[in-house]
Amino acid sequence: MKYKILGEIAIALMRARWKQTFVAAIGVSFSIAMFIALLGFMTGLNTLLDGIMLNRTPHIRIYNDINPSAVQPLQRIAEYKDSYLFLHSIQSNANRGEIYNAGPILETLHKDPRVKGTASKIIAAAIYQSGNISMTGLINGIEALEESKYFSFVDYIRTGNPEDLDIVSNSLFLGSGLASRLGVEVGENIQVTTASGDQLPLKVIGIIHTGISDLDKTQGYASLKTVQKLLGKSNLYITDIQIKLWNMNLAPELAKAYAQLFETNAEDIQTANAQFETGSFVRSLISYAVGITLLIVAGFGIYNILNMMIYEKMDTIAILKATGFSGKDVKQIFIGIALTIGIVGGILGLISGYLISLLIDQIPFETAALPTVKTYPIDYNPIFYIIGISFAIITTYLAGYFPSRKASKIDPVIIIRGK
Amino acid sequence: MSNIALKASHIDKYFHDPYKVQALRDIEIEVLKGEFVSITGKSGCGKSTLLYIVSTMDTDYTGELWIDNSCMTGKSEPELAKVRNEKIGFVFQFHYLLNEFSVLKNVMLPGMKLHPENKLEIESRAVELLKLLKIEHLALKRANLISGGEKQRVAIARALINNPIIIMGDEPTGNLDKKNSDIVLEIFHQLSEELNKTLLIVTHDLNFARQTHRNIYMEDGRIIDNPF
Repeated sequence: MKYKILGEIAIALMRARWKQTFVAAIGVSFSIAMFIALLGFMTGLNTLLDGIMLNRTPHIRIYNDINPSAVQPLQRIAEYKDSYLFLHSIQSNANRGEIYNAGPILETLHKDPRVKGTASKIIAAAIYQSGNISMTGLINGIEALEESKYFSFVDYIRTGNPEDLDIVSNSLFLGSGLASRLGVEVGENIQVTTASGDQLPLKVIGIIHTGISDLDKTQGYASLKTVQKLLGKSNLYITDIQIKLWNMNLAPELAKAYAQLFETNAEDIQTANAQFETGSFVRSLISYAVGITLLIVAGFGIYNILNMMIYEKMDTIAILKATGFSGKDVKQIFIGIALTIGIVGGILGLISGYLISLLIDQIPFETAALPTVKTYPIDYNPIFYIIGISFAIITTYLAGYFPSRKASKIDPVIIIRGK
Repeated sequence: MSNIALKASHIDKYFHDPYKVQALRDIEIEVLKGEFVSITGKSGCGKSTLLYIVSTMDTDYTGELWIDNSCMTGKSEPELAKVRNEKIGFVFQFHYLLNEFSVLKNVMLPGMKLHPENKLEIESRAVELLKLLKIEHLALKRANLISGGEKQRVAIARALINNPIIIMGDEPTGNLDKKNSDIVLEIFHQLSEELNKTLLIVTHDLNFARQTHRNIYMEDGRIIDNPF
């Protein structure tokens, strides 16, 4: 009941100067809208840039490095145990690219709750031939579905359908650079020769454009089966297991654990792309700095507007206090006004920030590097909206609290005599 | 039950800005219930300063203040606000109505502060008071749309809403023309005689002062013998 009368006074004060109240709320809205739109835009761009690299890079890659055995046969002989052995020109076994026990490894990985998904892969050197032209490069045997699901394979397809890799036998996707050098188009056949001399004609059913020209000039993508056939290997043969985790930050730790568990090599994304990490970190640092700056500027704006409003109402405060309203009542009235402005302005800000984001999202952004991106990217992360509204409410609360606390403490006569 | 409405003893007051000046020196006053007392004096003699102290709106003084037999000196701000709400009705020189509200609402606000649950009762009492002061036709008008004399009558109605122990006025006719001054003066007499209210009014209008029960004359921050 007590709050009802205070609320009534607050509403009357706001209605009497509704234009000023409205301008104050708009001031809050503008700040919050700008914060949301700019941060959404910057984060969107960052995510896009990060994505060029991150989406296609596995968090952990399990492979079998071509290395000579750490323990050579000579060292196993008991008689030489205490001797010092000199071994020169140690060579590795050439067939070591294969991951042993790939089946059980995959099974273990799929049971691990931290693993989001895996995609098996074969990477092999290949010579692509079309007519007189031959280009050296790599052929990737991939699981098209998993590759699309976890590593955005589908995002980089310029023409073609990834599912066709499994449907059309002896088919492949060519990197855009490679295809143009070979002078082939979709539907034509090329010869692919492996390092060991095996040859197979493959049909080009699509073009890949990753935006990284070194990749596009050298890579071809076929199904696991096709590559196994090309290499003359069994259908268990794979050279890489790519793992996507739920939480990327666990990668270094898990990579170590997997390397030990499966007795193979495992590389995490942080180690593989150290320089990229730095760039990404700096970019997000910049966007946080911009975000915080925006909020601080907005905060001062909001504070000023409300401060002015309250100082204009000093007369009203004196009258209220003279007729028996306590400092606490006065404080509650003005905090009520401030919070109303904060909440209404904040919600308007969220809505207009969202609308501005939608608008930016419509602006064309054509880039050769990213065939699937047609407009500027926006991050609609709800956390921005939560920060925005909380910030609006907290700053308006403080902006209402401090001046009204000051006003509530002084004797009414000070205000009256000051006239 | 004592019949002293207000008592102030040994009141001293200094102004500190821009330099220390003593505004009130050892003031002693006592107002009995039902009395109609006026305070007169030249400009700057401290009469308004005294009124603000005894109305609890100024707490920066030394001495003791009693209202309705309870000591005000040293009370906390919310307690004083409650006293102003319940026991004191104040009429300012410049009416001081809230322009954001209607006349009726202005009169009702102190009442609703005291008894938030009795809105209807307060409303009927406010209408009665407006009738008493012959301004009931203005009840729903915005406070800034009525004339100066009418505003002052609204302010008096507001001062009366909680049936206070004492009504104080700081030159309530100071800003009004002759006709409106007479109306306000008439109202104060009516309050004093018909409703037996206690009034303490600061004025520079000697004609006004002569018609009260008792006059306190001030000079240089002191109460001196009445020159009349």
